Amino acid sequence: MATERPNQLFRNKSSKIAAIPMIVTALFVFVGGTIWTVVYSFTKSGLLPRLNWVGLDQYERLWATRKWLVAIENLVIYGICMLVLVFVIGFILAALIDQKIRFENTVRTIILYPYALSFVVTGLVWQWILNPEFGVESIVRAWGWESFSFDPLYNADIAIYGVLIAGLWQGSGLVMVLMLAGLRGIDQEVWKAARVDGIPTWKTYIFIVIPMMRPVFITTLVLVVTGIVKLYDLIVAQTGGGPGISTEVPAKYVYDMMFQANNLGQGFAASTMMLVTVALIVIPWAILEFGGSKNRG
Amino acid sequence: MNTMNNSVEIKNLDLQFGAVKVLQDLNLDIGKGEFLVLLGSSGCGKSTLLNCIAGLLDVTAGQIHINDTNVTWTEPSERGIGMVFQSYALYPQMTVEGNLSFGLKNAKLPKAEIAKRVKHASEILQIEPLLKRKPAALSGGQRQRVAIGRALVRDVDVFLFDEPLSNLDAKLRADLRVEIKRLHQRLENTMIYVTHDQIEAMTLADRIAIMRGGQIMQLGSPDDIYGRPVNKYVAGFIGSPSMNFFDGAIKGGAFTTGDLTIPLTGYDFASGGAVDGPATLGIRPEHVVTGELVDNAPVKVDVGVELIEPTGSDKLIDCQVAGRHFRVRMDGQADVAVGQKLRIGFDPGRASLFDAATEERL
Repeated sequence: MATERPNQLFRNKSSKIAAIPMIVTALFVFVGGTIWTVVYSFTKSGLLPRLNWVGLDQYERLWATRKWLVAIENLVIYGICMLVLVFVIGFILAALIDQKIRFENTVRTIILYPYALSFVVTGLVWQWILNPEFGVESIVRAWGWESFSFDPLYNADIAIYGVLIAGLWQGSGLVMVLMLAGLRGIDQEVWKAARVDGIPTWKTYIFIVIPMMRPVFITTLVLVVTGIVKLYDLIVAQTGGGPGISTEVPAKYVYDMMFQANNLGQGFAASTMMLVTVALIVIPWAILEFGGSKNRG
Repeated sequence: MNTMNNSVEIKNLDLQFGAVKVLQDLNLDIGKGEFLVLLGSSGCGKSTLLNCIAGLLDVTAGQIHINDTNVTWTEPSERGIGMVFQSYALYPQMTVEGNLSFGLKNAKLPKAEIAKRVKHASEILQIEPLLKRKPAALSGGQRQRVAIGRALVRDVDVFLFDEPLSNLDAKLRADLRVEIKRLHQRLENTMIYVTHDQIEAMTLADRIAIMRGGQIMQLGSPDDIYGRPVNKYVAGFIGSPSMNFFDGAIKGGAFTTGDLTIPLTGYDFASGGAVDGPATLGIRPEHVVTGELVDNAPVKVDVGVELIEPTGSDKLIDCQVAGRHFRVRMDGQADVAVGQKLRIGFDPGRASLFDAATEERL
C-alpha cells in the first residue's frame, strides 16, 4: 500500500498522453507559426522567406499603400454594420419564432439554411442577384419601372454594402438559432411576472430578457467577430476585390501579397498588423470578462 | 348570491387546449379577505385556474369577475392582482429595489409614491437591508420574500400564489408559511393560493378547494374537508398517513367486511339513513384509540403488530383488520413491540362511508 501521495504528474496518464498531439500542434503550428511570421515580417522576403533584415520598412510601405488603407476601411465598415445588423436581425427573427408559431422547425431550417452554404456559393448567388443585367434591377425594370437602378456591386462607393447584404443573408440564421436557444432558456414565469407588472413586451425584452441572455450574446459575439476578421472567400467569389480596389479586405491583401505579388515580407507585415489589431481588442475584453471571475459566483 | 361580498367570482369557466379539456364548467366565489387554497395533485388544473384568474391564459368560455368587474378579457396588469411564482421570477439584473419598483415606474407613478410603497413593503417583509442587493446574492427564502414584495407594492386587493414555497427546503417552508399567514391577517386581502402540499393548505386556508380533473371535488373549510370528505378521493387525499378503507356492505344498520361487523349507530348519514348495499368504510389512523380508551370505543378489535414506524411525535403501527392492511397512530411514547397483541378501538361516528359504485359520501 502506498502511503505517500502519488506524483501529480502521473495521474490521469491516458488522458495526458491523448492530449499530447494537440498540445504539440498548438505549440508548433499556432504559437510557432505566429512567431515565425512576425520575425519574417522584418525581412524583405520575396518569393521565398529569407532572413535579410530591413527593420520596419515593410510596415512603412504597408501603411503607405492605398489598397491596404481601403482594405482596413472596408473591414471597419463591414464589421460595424455586420455586427449591429446581424444581431438586430437575428434577435428579431428569434423573437418572432419564439411566439409559438406553427411550422417552427420548417421556418427555422429555412432561415438557417444559408449558413450551410459555403461563402463561395453565397458570393456567387448574390453576385447574380445584384447583377444589373439579370438580377433585381432587370426584374424591376421588366415590371415597367424603367429608371430603377440597383447595382451596388458596380458602384465603387457602395460595393462593400453589396457584400454586406450577402454576409447578412448567410450569417443571420446562425445568430437567430443561438438567440432562440437563449430565449428558450428564459424561465416562462419571468414573462408572466412582467405581464402582471404591466411591462410592455418590448420593454421586457430590452430590460429583462436581453440582460439575462448575456452568456448567449458573448458566444454569438465571438463567432460573429471571428467571421468578420477572416472575411475573404465571400469577397473573392462575389467581387474579387473590385470594382478597382473598392472591396479589398485585409485577409485578401495578405493572400495577394504572399501568393500573387511574391512579396512574402509585405504579406507577413499585413498579417502581423491584423494579429495586433485583434489582440488589442480581445485582450482588454478578455481581462474584463474573465479576469474578475474569481470574485463572482 | 350576494355579489357585493365577493372579491373574485368565476362563472362557468371552460378552458381547452385543442381537444384537451383542462377546466370544465367551473364555478367559484371567493369572498373579500378570504384565504382560498386550491389543492390537488399535479395535473389537476389548479395552476391553470390560477393563471386564468391572473389573465395569463385566455379562457375558452365563461367569465371571471374581480371586485364586481368583468375582467375576463382584461390584461393581467389591469385586473387588480399581484402574483407570486414558484421560481420567484425575479428580474436577475436588477437590485431588490429595482425589482420592487420596475412595474411602478413603468406605470408612471410619482417617484415619492414609489419610494413610499417600496419602503412600506420592505418593512412588512423585513427586506430593508437587502434593497441594494441583486437576487443572485439572496437565499431562496429572501428571494421569495422579494417576490411577495413585488406583489405587495402593486397595492392590489387580490394576491395570487402559485406554489410559492415548493422550491424551499422544509424548515424555510414552515417559516415562510407562518409569515404568509401573518401577512394575510395584517393586510386582510383576498388570497388565492395554489399548492399540492396538504399541510400548507390546512394551515393557511379559510376554505380549501380540492381539485381533480379540472373540476372542484369539494369546497369547504379545512375541518369540513378533513372531517366530512365528500368522496373517497378527497378522503384518501387529505390526511397523512392516509385513511384506512374497508370494502364491504351495509346491511340492517351495520357495516360488514369479512368477519367484522361494525354497528353504524352514531354515524351521521348525509342522505337521511342507512340504505343496504355495497359500501366502503374509511377510518383515519389518528381516530383509532388504544389502551384504556378502548373500553369506551363502540368497536373493539384485537390485532397483531406487524411493523412500527416511529416519527418522534407519533408511532405508526401496521396491522391487519378483517384481512386488510390497517394503520393505527399511537403516541410517540407508547410501549409497543413487533409481534405484540394489541387491542384497538374506534368510533364509527368519526368514520366516513362511501358508496361502492359512485364513491360519494353516504
